[in-house]
Amino acid sequence: MEPVVSVRDLHKSYGTFSAVTGVSFDIGPGETFALLGPNGAGKSTAIEILEGYRDRTSGDVRVLGQDPARGGLAWKARLGIVLQSSAESGSATVREELSRFAAFYPSPRDVDELIAAVGLEEKAGTLIRKLSGGQRRRVDVALGIVGRPELVFLDEPTTGFDPEARRRFWELLRSLQAEGTSILLTTHYLDEAAQLAHRVGVIAGGRMIDIGGVNEIGGAASRVPVVRWREDGVLREERTTAPATFVARLVAASDGLEPDDVEIVRPSLEDVYLGLVASAAPTSAPEGVLA
Amino acid sequence: MTAAPLAPAAPRPTALPRGRTLRLGLLSAAYEVRTYFRQPDTVFFTFLFPVLFLTIFSVAFSEGDFGRDADGSVISAAQYYLSAMVAAGVLLSGLQNLAVVIAMERSDGTLKRLAGSPLPIASYFLGKLGQVLVTALLQSALLLVVAAFVFGVRLPGDAGHWFTFAWVFLLGVTSSAVLGIGLSALPRSGKTATAVIIPIVLVLQFISGVYLVFSQLPEWLQNVASIFPSSGSRRACGTSSCPSRTPRSRRAGSGTSAASRWSSGSGWSSASCWPV
Repeated sequence: MEPVVSVRDLHKSYGTFSAVTGVSFDIGPGETFALLGPNGAGKSTAIEILEGYRDRTSGDVRVLGQDPARGGLAWKARLGIVLQSSAESGSATVREELSRFAAFYPSPRDVDELIAAVGLEEKAGTLIRKLSGGQRRRVDVALGIVGRPELVFLDEPTTGFDPEARRRFWELLRSLQAEGTSILLTTHYLDEAAQLAHRVGVIAGGRMIDIGGVNEIGGAASRVPVVRWREDGVLREERTTAPATFVARLVAASDGLEPDDVEIVRPSLEDVYLGLVASAAPTSAPEGVLA
Repeated sequence: MTAAPLAPAAPRPTALPRGRTLRLGLLSAAYEVRTYFRQPDTVFFTFLFPVLFLTIFSVAFSEGDFGRDADGSVISAAQYYLSAMVAAGVLLSGLQNLAVVIAMERSDGTLKRLAGSPLPIASYFLGKLGQVLVTALLQSALLLVVAAFVFGVRLPGDAGHWFTFAWVFLLGVTSSAVLGIGLSALPRSGKTATAVIIPIVLVLQFISGVYLVFSQLPEWLQNVASIFPSSGSRRACGTSSCPSRTPRSRRAGSGTSAASRWSSGSGWSSASCWPV
């Protein structure tokens, strides 16, 4: 099947600063792809090019079969966009704002159903400016999916959510996934990416430094379990594919005595990610003008 | 508490229905009017301000000389300032309100969000224009009521004057709104919007005779002012409520209606400017 999003050798530069350098990736139908990377890595620039907000310097980009730089209203009606920052237009109630946006789309979701899905039933009649930051963010998410989009862009959607709201948001996203919605997600919560994404791409310094399945990126070596323990007051660690055997050997070496603070850790996506970004740092300095 | 599951996706139509630009424009206008009246500062500075000033000036300058109308009767302060404040209201509701609001919407991300939605840009502007029309109309009605019932200003009884008032009002509001949309590009951020826009609007009002008696301004200033819609609206509103009441409009032509004055080409200041 044709990918929903196809990006080939995308470049974006501002004068001599290169914000995005040769990024390529695809998102398949119904797939959730998480774009990870430190602040200023070029994630939002890349996403805004896909959303049609920014021009690209070079490269080939297709979103729902269209070049986003030429996307019309019918194309926009198939997209859902949750921007990184909330709009402050707060003089409408939650229901009014959602009803207004619902009218823009040819086959919108039921507004009350959507309000329930983002957990704002009790705030439906409240002016948006009187909501808390996390509640406003939920309005943003609702506005992004009110048009029943085929593809949703979620740029750090859960910033400001309390843990319960984040869990609820994950459920909402799973329900979108179940409908076959394709999702491009950026987030700083690596557990969120691990929970929701099928594949992840890691961007640093404008380059895609790794891309693959949630359980694949960073390579097998980065997922080797770590054994940590304390020996003579010093914290030690050892990476081994046979952690239990290793611990057994430790115990044997200390004549059957329990080692201090022993733990076996399987690197999380966050550990893998931090390792990737740290190893990319020396080469990811801003570059000169691109060809 | 768990999230309610979403209903399964419905089949997706490929083309957008026809006529949605106008339909969404009207929906936007209703939305804009509703949210406009929920912002107390905006309502005060663009909606109630002229009413407040009509009251203050009519009382403060009740002894002042505002000339005589065509019948030779003395024009009262309330009579003079009614037309001035209707024109000021058109300027505040259209120019000031839109310039400030759009500048704020640009900087707070509202426009960006709308730009990412399938709302036609024409519908957005139709919504703004509709909001200005509705609020300016309510504002004028309020001014007329206050002037008639509180200050005893006699309103015209014939349809001709009201017709003139209606189309001048419509053109005034439209051109003022269009200028407001243009001027909204000036402030660099939403925070500075009022600081940038209000002085411009205030200067326009002063040189257009909204606060000062226009006929007492030097002629060159009158000519400068005539380029802008505020002056035209004020004079035309005056024309429709009390024809030929200033020396200038007597000189300008037949003095019976604003339309005849413009069509007779009573000088570059009236004929070659924006359509008000």
